[in-house]
Amino acid sequence: MTSVVELEQLSVTFGKRPILRVVDGVLNGRAIGLLGPNGAGKTTLIHTLLGFHPPTSGTARIFGQDITQHAKKVRAAVGYMPERDSFIAKMSCVHFVRVMAELSGIPAEHALERAHEALFYVGLGEARYRPVDSYSLGMKQLAKLAQAIVHGPKLIILDEPTNGLDPPTRNRMISLIRQIRDGGRARILLSSHLLRDVEECCDEILVLKDGHIAANCNLEEERKANRKFIELETRGGNRSAFVDAIGDLGCEYALLGERRVKVIMQETVEISDLYRLAYQNEVQIRRLNFKRDSLEDIFLKAMENGNGGENGRATDGRL
Amino acid sequence: MAVYEHLYRAYEGEAPTSWSRFLVIPRYALREVFKSKIFTAIFIVCFIYPLIAAILVYLHHNVNALALLQINVRELLPIDNTFFRTFLEVQGGFAFILTVIVAPPLISRDLANNALPLYLCRPLSRTQYVFGKMAAVALLLSLVTWMPGLLIFLFQASLSGFAWFWSNLWIGSAIFFGSMAWIVLLSLIALAVSATLKWRVVASGALVGLFFVPSAFGEIINNLFLTRAGNLISLWATMNSIWRGLFGLFERQTGRVTGRITNPIYDNQLVDIALLEPPLWASWLVVGLVCAICVWVLARKVRAYEVIT
Repeated sequence: MTSVVELEQLSVTFGKRPILRVVDGVLNGRAIGLLGPNGAGKTTLIHTLLGFHPPTSGTARIFGQDITQHAKKVRAAVGYMPERDSFIAKMSCVHFVRVMAELSGIPAEHALERAHEALFYVGLGEARYRPVDSYSLGMKQLAKLAQAIVHGPKLIILDEPTNGLDPPTRNRMISLIRQIRDGGRARILLSSHLLRDVEECCDEILVLKDGHIAANCNLEEERKANRKFIELETRGGNRSAFVDAIGDLGCEYALLGERRVKVIMQETVEISDLYRLAYQNEVQIRRLNFKRDSLEDIFLKAMENGNGGENGRATDGRL
Repeated sequence: MAVYEHLYRAYEGEAPTSWSRFLVIPRYALREVFKSKIFTAIFIVCFIYPLIAAILVYLHHNVNALALLQINVRELLPIDNTFFRTFLEVQGGFAFILTVIVAPPLISRDLANNALPLYLCRPLSRTQYVFGKMAAVALLLSLVTWMPGLLIFLFQASLSGFAWFWSNLWIGSAIFFGSMAWIVLLSLIALAVSATLKWRVVASGALVGLFFVPSAFGEIINNLFLTRAGNLISLWATMNSIWRGLFGLFERQTGRVTGRITNPIYDNQLVDIALLEPPLWASWLVVGLVCAICVWVLARKVRAYEVIT
């Protein structure tokens, strides 16, 4: 299967300032989250993929098509929702989306129909004849999403889609992104500084730091792997005998303070085995958590360990 | 993604050829332009002179009409290269007015509303975007310059016969190439101004200024130094020279100054100076240079995002 995005030794320099430094990576997720602190190179990476900035060296491919050699083919397969307000002035929303559809290659006779459909889909059906200039911030974001999906692209690039949205509109935006992701007809590349948005929508993340990849991991796999880690809070009984018994089952464990135990479960061991051992040793299990790294943990770990920095070298960045 | 289904689906139909995609831009730009009733009225006024010219051509060939109006055919303007050059000068003026109204917001509005990333993230190059915007101006100006000009030329040819058409074919080409030179110059300058200034009123003012301020300055140079070299910085004078050249009416010497001159340069000297127009190649060079500068400005300004290094 062709990768969604392949980065091959990609470097971008503005003047003498390097923004992306020899970035390598392969992104395959249904929804890929692009994370990083301000100035990490997220937006530059998106702009480079769209052909707005030429790579200084290296290249990138979207669905196997080189972004420099097949720029038009790549852009035909991509829908882009920019971060800032972007629209054509003095035009009703339906005409604006129609123009964008036609420019994407949809014949005029179909473009209007598609524009109506896209606006109904994002929830602007009733307001579609109003000029975009008169829209609220949330409506403008939805209009930008409509123009990004009107031609049915294979990859939708969303740059900070929930910026400045109130909670109901944010929820609507997140739900639309998830619907598109789950529909399976389009892949999503979502750049956001809001970890919650990325966590809710994405199954793969790419963390950038100082123009390097600090982390690239599959959130689904990470979550599955985290199921093996269990944290117990215990009271009373013979705690040392209890943990020895856990060790006898073949599980690794660590004692955290006087009451907590962290256990790495073996495939053959069930949760009921832990309860049985606790009963035998008269230990009360007051709390049992599947300890999973939150996206925030992953992000912070990447920021601490990532190979960014002036003298850093790019790695594959896998956590 | 049917309305009632509210589902996302890709477009799976036929797509038009990519080279013609830029024509979407002028189509929508012109639709916006003709929403204004004032503009439509001005546009209609642009066709009054071609109508008069067509009537003159008709009268030249209709004895009954001349008799009815009691006009001697000799009193009418001859239908020759001068007639068509005058036509182009008049219509060129109208073309300038239309450009000042239509062109300034074309790119500036997109820049002000950050619309360029939306155009350029699609299979449309920066060149195609500029061509699209230019096509909006060029199409409009063509409708008032070479299109009616050639129609009148063909009308005259149809009334005078094939011999006239064949011997005056060069006038037809002069109408076309003279108009195109003016259209390209006007639209490139207008788009360059539009790409540089985000405010429509300022852009319109700058466009008018670019044509009139250097002309006034050139006239001052001409009068002070008793020369015609100042015409080289006047786009009006330069284009007039090119038109005169194309219509076979160009003469280098356009006057002579003799006598005592009382200005700060000549300070009451007795002079006898022939006023020589700049050579035709110099006029073409000026137009070419101005176009090249405009293309350079457009190449710098028409970008999805401006990178500040």
